[in-house]
Amino acid sequence: MEYKYTPTDFKSDQEVRWCPGCGDHAILNAVQRALPEIADALNIPHHKFTFVSGIGCSSRFIYYMRTFGFHTIHGRANAVATGVKVANPDLSVWVMTGDGDSLAIGGNHFIHAIRRNVNLNVVLFNNEIYGLTKGQYSPTSKLGKVTKTSPYGTVEKPFNPGELVIGARGTFFARSVDMEVMLTKECLVEGAKHEGMSVVEVLQNCVIFNDKTHALFAGDKATRAEHTITLRHGEKMLFGAERNKGLVFENMRLKVVTVGEGGYTIDDVLTHDAHTEETTLHSMLAAMKYPDYPVALGVIRSVAEDAVYDRKVSEQVEQVRSTSKIRCVDDLLRSGETWTI
Amino acid sequence: MDNLNIRTAEDVVIRFSGDSGDGMQLTGTLFSDTSALLGNGISTFPDYPAEIRAPQGTVAGVSGFQVHFGSHPVDNPGDYCDVLVAMNPAALKANRRWLKRSATVILDGDSITEDNLRRAGFASDDPIAELGLEEYNVVVPAITTMTREALATTGLDHKSIVKCKNMFALGICFFMFDRPEEHAKSYLTSKFSKKNPAIAEANICAIEAGYNYAANTHTFANTYVAPASLEKGTYRSINGNVATAWGFCAASEKSGRPLFCGSYPITPATVILEELAKRKDLGVKTVQAEDEIAGICTSIGAAFAGNLAVTTTSGPGLSLKSEALGLAVMAELPLVVVDVQRGGPSTGLPTKTEQSDLMQALYGRNGECPTVVVAASSPSDCFHYAFMAAKIALEHMTPVVLLTDGFIANGSEPWRIPSMSDYPAIVPPVVNEAPEGGFMPYARDEKLARGWAFPGTEGLEHRIGGLEKDALRGSISHDPANHQKMVHTRAAKVARVADYIPEQELFGADEGELLVVGWGGTRGHLHTAVEQLQREGQSISLAHFNYINPLPRNAEQLLRRFRRVVVCELNEGQFASYLRQRFEGLHLEQFNKTEGQPFTIVELKEKFSELLNR
Repeated sequence: MEYKYTPTDFKSDQEVRWCPGCGDHAILNAVQRALPEIADALNIPHHKFTFVSGIGCSSRFIYYMRTFGFHTIHGRANAVATGVKVANPDLSVWVMTGDGDSLAIGGNHFIHAIRRNVNLNVVLFNNEIYGLTKGQYSPTSKLGKVTKTSPYGTVEKPFNPGELVIGARGTFFARSVDMEVMLTKECLVEGAKHEGMSVVEVLQNCVIFNDKTHALFAGDKATRAEHTITLRHGEKMLFGAERNKGLVFENMRLKVVTVGEGGYTIDDVLTHDAHTEETTLHSMLAAMKYPDYPVALGVIRSVAEDAVYDRKVSEQVEQVRSTSKIRCVDDLLRSGETWTI
Repeated sequence: MDNLNIRTAEDVVIRFSGDSGDGMQLTGTLFSDTSALLGNGISTFPDYPAEIRAPQGTVAGVSGFQVHFGSHPVDNPGDYCDVLVAMNPAALKANRRWLKRSATVILDGDSITEDNLRRAGFASDDPIAELGLEEYNVVVPAITTMTREALATTGLDHKSIVKCKNMFALGICFFMFDRPEEHAKSYLTSKFSKKNPAIAEANICAIEAGYNYAANTHTFANTYVAPASLEKGTYRSINGNVATAWGFCAASEKSGRPLFCGSYPITPATVILEELAKRKDLGVKTVQAEDEIAGICTSIGAAFAGNLAVTTTSGPGLSLKSEALGLAVMAELPLVVVDVQRGGPSTGLPTKTEQSDLMQALYGRNGECPTVVVAASSPSDCFHYAFMAAKIALEHMTPVVLLTDGFIANGSEPWRIPSMSDYPAIVPPVVNEAPEGGFMPYARDEKLARGWAFPGTEGLEHRIGGLEKDALRGSISHDPANHQKMVHTRAAKVARVADYIPEQELFGADEGELLVVGWGGTRGHLHTAVEQLQREGQSISLAHFNYINPLPRNAEQLLRRFRRVVVCELNEGQFASYLRQRFEGLHLEQFNKTEGQPFTIVELKEKFSELLNR
């Protein structure tokens, strides 16, 4: 089906109120560009797109989309979205959430939605800070980060969202950077095509409270080329402006090598298999940190799995219905032991 | 019947009591279901510890199941028992205070061991003397020994055989009250036949052995309790939790909205989720959520998507759901939250009953956050009030808190099965297409309910959420006047429900000396106590409330017609405070109890008599 929607079809009449320079503008842009492509690819008409969010800067997102939207409460977007999707699996349900929303207050719902493999499309805005409450550290803030609630630096380790998703045996994880609109769009389209829960982490800049937190490896195109690696299924894990750096697996660890140096050839460089069920390498790729490694972008993991929660719930209902003698409430009330006076 | 030793009785109360692993709940249920099938009026009261296998032989580990059956409709499980079946000395000790003066006590003689006496805290080796039971009809059959002998040839191991002793005791009771064994036998056969037919046979054999033992000794009187003259119809036995689940199924059918229940297991509410999980045959979807918050949040999501959404919990869970309940109020989505109340605060008394969540249901949220509150008052009327709670939620686009309690949730009674054709239609304000000028999510109908537009309906794309809404468009608004208007509108919407619920009824004259006021699960006890005093010629009436917020339109007028009004509740006076706040200058007496136990008829009559004579 060709709907030929344009990004404008998904723009609401509400004024976008994020700070000028906020990475969220780019994510909004990427989503509005991705939806027309997704609509055509998966035959989803406009009125079936439903956006659910929690609380935080990221969660204001739904007001800027001309789709069905539900701005819920802090941390609960994944739970509300699970209800929406189970109630109506026909909808394309999107969760717009942040590192505070889904990894702190809503951590439990996040990992359980992953465990159930609900067919949701989760976009996790990771700016490593609490923006809407004006600058407190988040569960992804770097160790030692000085913020208003950690004036002497944090003394707690951050989560890496990719490790968390893959550790919970999530079936889809991708990562992008706010400025890479086309890559974000590509990840969103792949996530939407994936049946099961997809998590797309977008490394997002908070220009006010955590400016340039991702800049060391993602600040501009040249930096990104050197310090990030964009993974694509079936392709060699190569990066660098010259695309001559690669990842090899040695002594149970990933290692960065230069092709043609130290005896490494292109054949030694790993080929990305996003589809394997095995979590080990995906987890290692997701965990790669600058400056020791390039930060992995693109679809890191995409595994087809039959157990998709919302579909299974519906199938079970249909299966029981087809064989049960109880067809209506009158039948139910008269089932089992009764007596007549 | 040619047994000369036959008496007749109008009412009998039996309490089955033993260790929490002794199968007392099953024994009691089989006895009460058998009696229900005979046409007796029935009310039951399971009373068990929070632990699954509490320390054996201790008073704390005693599990009980009380059955009240009679030759008339019975609306309470009785205070004091005519027969106490005690499987060990601890059970005897725990229930000593619940014996009627003329009671028969059946104590397993094999259980009177040094160990058991010590565990139950007896000082001597004669528990009967120590508890002052010489004057009672105490029978001490060797139940364990006789069960072992009767089942010696079954080939089962010792442990499995001894487990059947509860069925031996059931056999004795079947003889005493002339009950047929068929129902119990067919239940045991269907329960065990697939997995272990030998166990089914052994249990059946134990019932027969117990019956024969009782028939052959002349220790037990044989008492006949005639069927009750109940209204004609088809009946079944039902407990409050199952009735609640089925009430929602009925509302789903009548409204055409699929039923969704997101919930997290919690005592004593879990059976509602368990029952709904079985009802896939009626299209019910259940999500066993990761926590209480996800329970309500998945339900709110399902409500947004167009389902009849319910979530079930008890007091601690309602605390966790508070914020999300506020979201449902703000988003104006239909939702029923069932709180099966138990003793609190905190973890409190998980398996005991209380009515102490009323204030939480009414006010336990941030902001000006009104919801409808409805309470069921008996096991079977949980069906009706679950249905009505869903009807109000759907038609008025509001969350509704349905309060039941551990007592009516676990208690059971015969229920005249209604026909769904007798139940009213439920017509939620579903919007199927955008009106001219576009869909306004917060435009309202005469009930002040906003339109319900499901995601997936063309042309109705809209956004809702927890931020204050523009009174018409639903977009975010921080305008002071708009907020004021919305606060008033949300309150008025809930208040307006009063136009759609029945007026409060009175049991008894509509004026007089004493009005007893109750709400929720205490109705059976209050009704019996008031009825007995009315028969004695006292000027006493009962107003038992099911609609708490809003109250029925005639509530105030009715409360002001009596010389004295006493509000009876299983808390420290929450409904009384609420009534005082609503109706200025109303003088109310209170009768409160927070022991985790229902009222007794005796204590109620004492209190009412004192007030009548004051």
